[in-house]
Amino acid sequence: MGMVRESQFHVLAVDDSQLDRKMIERLLQKSSCQVTTVDSGSKALEFLGLRESNDPNSLETHQQEVEINLIITDYCMPGMTGYDLLKKVKESAAFRSIPVVIMSSENVPARISRCLEEGAEEFFLKPVKLADVTKLKPHMMKTKLKKEGEKVAEEENATSKPEESLVVEMILPLNQELELEQQEPMLSSNKRKAMEEVISADRSRPKYNDITTSV
Amino acid sequence: MNTVVAKLQRQFQDYLVSLYQQGFLDNQFTELRKLQDEGTPDFVAEVVSLFFDDCSKLINSMSRSLERPENVDFKQVDSGVHQLKGSSSSVGARRVKNVCISFKECCDVQNREGCLRCLQQVDYEYKMLKTKLQDLFNLEKQIVQAGGAIPQVNIN
Repeated sequence: MGMVRESQFHVLAVDDSQLDRKMIERLLQKSSCQVTTVDSGSKALEFLGLRESNDPNSLETHQQEVEINLIITDYCMPGMTGYDLLKKVKESAAFRSIPVVIMSSENVPARISRCLEEGAEEFFLKPVKLADVTKLKPHMMKTKLKKEGEKVAEEENATSKPEESLVVEMILPLNQELELEQQEPMLSSNKRKAMEEVISADRSRPKYNDITTSV
Repeated sequence: MNTVVAKLQRQFQDYLVSLYQQGFLDNQFTELRKLQDEGTPDFVAEVVSLFFDDCSKLINSMSRSLERPENVDFKQVDSGVHQLKGSSSSVGARRVKNVCISFKECCDVQNREGCLRCLQQVDYEYKMLKTKLQDLFNLEKQIVQAGGAIPQVNIN
């Protein structure tokens, strides 16, 4: 573990779509992260070193293969969903401190809150963008520092963002999102981005007036 | 030599802008291009190629599911549309994505005729986009061969 370069974060990305795996891998690499991709929740657990014991309700920790600083997973996957994976990670004493981020192509408020309640750090709407990925650094920073010693962690935690002030992504009322989709102007993605910023800054009803396009 | 490169770059820029203006591509394609750099010069082409392979496979399997009127597997069709919508969204294939939205609606109400129409449309749109992007990539190649750099195009 001492051999690992301080600045390199290692992310485990889980998605059953080959195309999306390629995308998320590149996004993370572009943000200077080391990436491992797997195509299922069970493979993710295997990679982490979690294996099911005789008791199906508990996962034993076997030799931890690699140090992972963040898990980013698709929600909709056959077999084990991203939510199931999230639960298993958070139930594991060894790995619950690893931040988990959920991605989904569908904006379902109930789904989003369920994931956040279960301990997901962020919920990204697909397609995930570079701007989304840069939000991950603070979360990865937290665990890395924790691992580098309680003392340092305590000092850093005092100055770092408290967990309660999470920015929740894309909590648009469902009908507004549908409205966007039906209009489908070329600017809809930019509108959405602008709305994201409005929501992050101010939780009140997003306004459509001051949308500026930017590329 | 310079003017050859400049001319090709202009052609490339105009062509790319027209693809956005005609609605073939949306902002996500711009995001995709941002991920490509000197270290990964074929990234966009590879992703796009994966997308077209997906289209072909999914359209074939959905076509089989819709074949017999008395025995349509709408669950399978729905799954195919969901995947297609996801990947078209990921690469910025706007027209394909839009057809998928209508396609899903037909699937939800188990409208076989509607599904068949959408299937035909999605097939047309992905093939059209494939041709357009091939032309775009050819322009890119010509620019590189002439010693020039691919322009960063800003879409307004």
